[in-house]
Amino acid sequence: MEIVQVEKLQELLNSFADKDVYIHLETTNGAYASHFDETVFNAGAFIRNIVVRYELGKVVGDNPHRVGLKLPHGWVYAQGITHYELDEHGRLLMAGHDSTGKLAVALQISETPFTY
Amino acid sequence: MTLPHERHVLVVFPHPDDEAFGVSGTIANYIQQGIPVTYACLTLGEMGRNLGNPPFATRESLPHIRKQELVDAAKAMGLTDLRMMGLRDKTVEFEDDEEMVQMMTKLIDETNPSLIITFYPNYAVHPDHEATARAVVRAVRRIKEADRPKLYAVAFANNTKDDLGEPDVIHDIRDTREQKLGAMRAHISQTAWMLAEMEKRLAEGEPEAENWLTYERFFNYRWHDDFESEF
Repeated sequence: MEIVQVEKLQELLNSFADKDVYIHLETTNGAYASHFDETVFNAGAFIRNIVVRYELGKVVGDNPHRVGLKLPHGWVYAQGITHYELDEHGRLLMAGHDSTGKLAVALQISETPFTY
Repeated sequence: MTLPHERHVLVVFPHPDDEAFGVSGTIANYIQQGIPVTYACLTLGEMGRNLGNPPFATRESLPHIRKQELVDAAKAMGLTDLRMMGLRDKTVEFEDDEEMVQMMTKLIDETNPSLIITFYPNYAVHPDHEATARAVVRAVRRIKEADRPKLYAVAFANNTKDDLGEPDVIHDIRDTREQKLGAMRAHISQTAWMLAEMEKRLAEGEPEAENWLTYERFFNYRWHDDFESEF
């Protein structure tokens, strides 16, 4: 993965618009967050292989970035995106990695289903 | 240390690397004694958070990396019966509870273990650990008492000492220290920072870090204080 370059990522987001695409969206602060610090309120969400068709996808310039997908009847967004790549299967993988290298958020878009 | 003889040892954990810090020395020890060991690993740790910055892997490439690490760790321990059970990381507790018990029952029927090693229910912190532990305990509970294999459980929740006291099974694993280090290093994508921490503490002469390479500790599961009355 490489650090987000807004223009390049914007082009990739455009290339998946108006198509049925599979989404992976995940936020996490780790299963051990409240084990290491009992004051932490541990929350996260995960959704994988949901098909959506977005009419507009946008990456916003602030770093770490926010990425939003406007659907005909709703929204998908992720905040904290730092890295992206178009992988060897043509899937757009975006992720937010903290300074220690731990993933905090992921938003992935693919025309074919992600594995299980 | 020569461990008491076992007919077969079945180890059940949900994530590649769950065995590394707490059990790999014990596994290697049994293997060295010629006792067959089966390690059933329920997921490939697909949702692991250590992906690096700059990233060395993506959410999609991580399972491939961790699968290879698991294979390498098994090799380091001398383990030949490694079973990958095909579940997904962080979803184990959402699987059908009866199907989970059936999975464990099938493993037990196939391997006929005299000892099973897994996590201790309610003292295993990660939801996947808890779900795995519950399924194993339930499967063993269905075996009539006289025929039940022994059940060693790993517990590390913050309230373990208050509730369970000290572990009653302590293995001196110095004879298989190299194998254990090999297993820990095999899972390098997830263990790099812990290994660095360990080496730092070893250099500072702190005895607790030494424990990873000296003792492995388990609780005999307390059937008289079962985590639930029935399932």
